[in-house]
Amino acid sequence: MTTKSPGLIESHLYSRDVIAEIQRAATEGIYDIRGWGAKRYVPHFDDLLFLGASMSRYPLEGYRERCDTNVVLGTRYAKKPVELKIPITIAGMSFGSLSAPAKEALGRGATAAGTSTTTGDGGMTAEERLSSKTLVYQLLPSRYGMNPDDLRRADAIEVVLGQGAKPGGGGMLLGQKISPRVAAMRDLPPNIDQRSACRHPDFTGPDDLEIKIRELREITDWEKPIYIKIGASRPYYDTALAVKAGADVIVLDGMQGGTGATQTVFIEHVGIPTLAALRQAVEALTELDMHRKVQLIVSGGIRTGADVAKALAMGADAVSIGVAALIALGDNSPAFDAEYQKLGSRAGFYDDWQAGNDPAGITTQNDELAKRFDPVLGGRRLANYLKTLAMEAQIVARACGKSHVHNLEPEDLVALTVEAAAMAGVPLAGTQWIPGRAP
Amino acid sequence: MDASGYVFDLTQHTVRELNQALHNLPEQGPPTAWKVLNPAGEHTVAVGINAPCTVEIAGHVGYYCAGMNKYATVTINGNASTGLAENMMSGVVRVRGNASQSAGATGRGGLLVIEGDASARCGISLKGLDIVVQGAVGHMSAFMAQRGRLVVCGDAGPALGDSLYEAQIYVRGSIADLGADCIEKELRTEHVEALEALLAAARIALPARQFRRYGSARKLYHFSVDHADAY
Repeated sequence: MTTKSPGLIESHLYSRDVIAEIQRAATEGIYDIRGWGAKRYVPHFDDLLFLGASMSRYPLEGYRERCDTNVVLGTRYAKKPVELKIPITIAGMSFGSLSAPAKEALGRGATAAGTSTTTGDGGMTAEERLSSKTLVYQLLPSRYGMNPDDLRRADAIEVVLGQGAKPGGGGMLLGQKISPRVAAMRDLPPNIDQRSACRHPDFTGPDDLEIKIRELREITDWEKPIYIKIGASRPYYDTALAVKAGADVIVLDGMQGGTGATQTVFIEHVGIPTLAALRQAVEALTELDMHRKVQLIVSGGIRTGADVAKALAMGADAVSIGVAALIALGDNSPAFDAEYQKLGSRAGFYDDWQAGNDPAGITTQNDELAKRFDPVLGGRRLANYLKTLAMEAQIVARACGKSHVHNLEPEDLVALTVEAAAMAGVPLAGTQWIPGRAP
Repeated sequence: MDASGYVFDLTQHTVRELNQALHNLPEQGPPTAWKVLNPAGEHTVAVGINAPCTVEIAGHVGYYCAGMNKYATVTINGNASTGLAENMMSGVVRVRGNASQSAGATGRGGLLVIEGDASARCGISLKGLDIVVQGAVGHMSAFMAQRGRLVVCGDAGPALGDSLYEAQIYVRGSIADLGADCIEKELRTEHVEALEALLAAARIALPARQFRRYGSARKLYHFSVDHADAY
């Protein structure tokens, strides 16, 4: 065996990263906690390609022929479904994890782009309600800040059963981010390391959840769409059970989905990739004849219009973004590289969102840092990004001859790898072969 | 409506109709009186009330009765199933019989009185509500309770007050065991006086000095290797 540096043979099993983590654990005696989502490689939308139009398919003229992007969510039971101009929503992120100006910017950006944003594990702030034309209000196990007035003020209600970064885990917010305002909203003592529940306090399974959803509908006079958010682990069964429980909309968050603060071991080792989860969820909906009747929003690693288009082609009605939205706001900007370095990181790598020292003023409750962030500018940047995603998805859809992005279909896709072909249920490029299916 | 107020017979009307009628009451309007007949274990009875009124329910109710209640006084002349008065904000909810799991879960304000026993997770994630249980409570009651008071006149099941924050627990009977970070605390004069007032509001004639007080040891408030066995 040859090596570039004779005598310095790095172990694949005990890489420098692994050694560093063992040494950190031995020093600190507690697990690592960080933000962001899974950073390891897993099969993803990058492993799929579109088959553009050819002899047998007519493309649409780019920029000229219409290719719609609107989506209606909550058509099953809600008297007032949510109508969005683009099928890209902003995922739930808490005030607490994010600063109040950052939450406001998410609302501004979403509203300017014609889409919705979502509260998080900390209740609804006045700023985000005012800045958001369409606001989804999360009902989480912790029930921090939960109250019927905000339920009635919301445009939709999302019952959160899980999160892609940590299916089976509850929220976490470290003491440095529990400011007096955050503490008051959550009925907690300031500065404690808060760990919220992983199970809901008043229901324990799908049969109970069905009644819980009925209660939420009764309280809001059956006006609001009810979403159920699940972390991707057993999406085929969870989707079927969510339909049974009476969901209008299912939000499926793959393992690449972001988090404000979670144990690294959880982020990287629990849950399944978005690609695999999406196909299983669509299969469950189709088998129940509920595809497009119960809408499906998928999240976890949506970065580009290509990702959006591929998710829709696989059967999603919309996608949701979290990490990418924060980056659009200004997170990990090269402008702060010197400050990231002072924190032991670099622009492009910074994931210590749990620490509350974000130089960009986004993942912090430090008033001085938060003041650096301009919610108007941040909102404009987010709107630009959302519109770009929508336009990119339209470009792909037109190339495939579709007059609506929802007309994209699995038949438009092939996979670059055997793994992606198996997970997505589309043929390996250049073949008719879908692993696991009879030819 | 009869001379004493509105009467809703749930053999003649749906729960939806009842709740909609209650929701149509103006938030600042004069108090009204309601009677609900033949609830027959229906779920979500009288949820989301947002107006001053009294609601007398003649019989047993299913899940989430009086959920998220504001201002109203709701009395159940029977037993209540899971999630009684969950996340109630204000007002008074009283059940003459027993309550099933998660009674008063995440309640934020007002008073919940259970004249019988309560099952598991009574007062779970409490956020300011006062709960008085004349009988016993089941396991994991006041789990992660943040604010408010849970008063148990009878016995308490296992893991009482597990992972407790700043809620206060008073128990008159025996306790199977305390949950993580829940400890007995001194019952001082100010606690006795406050408890006497609460028992009086609940219309329960017991001496406050017969109770023992429990609260958080606050040892789990910060992640520490020294508490690893509790994580």
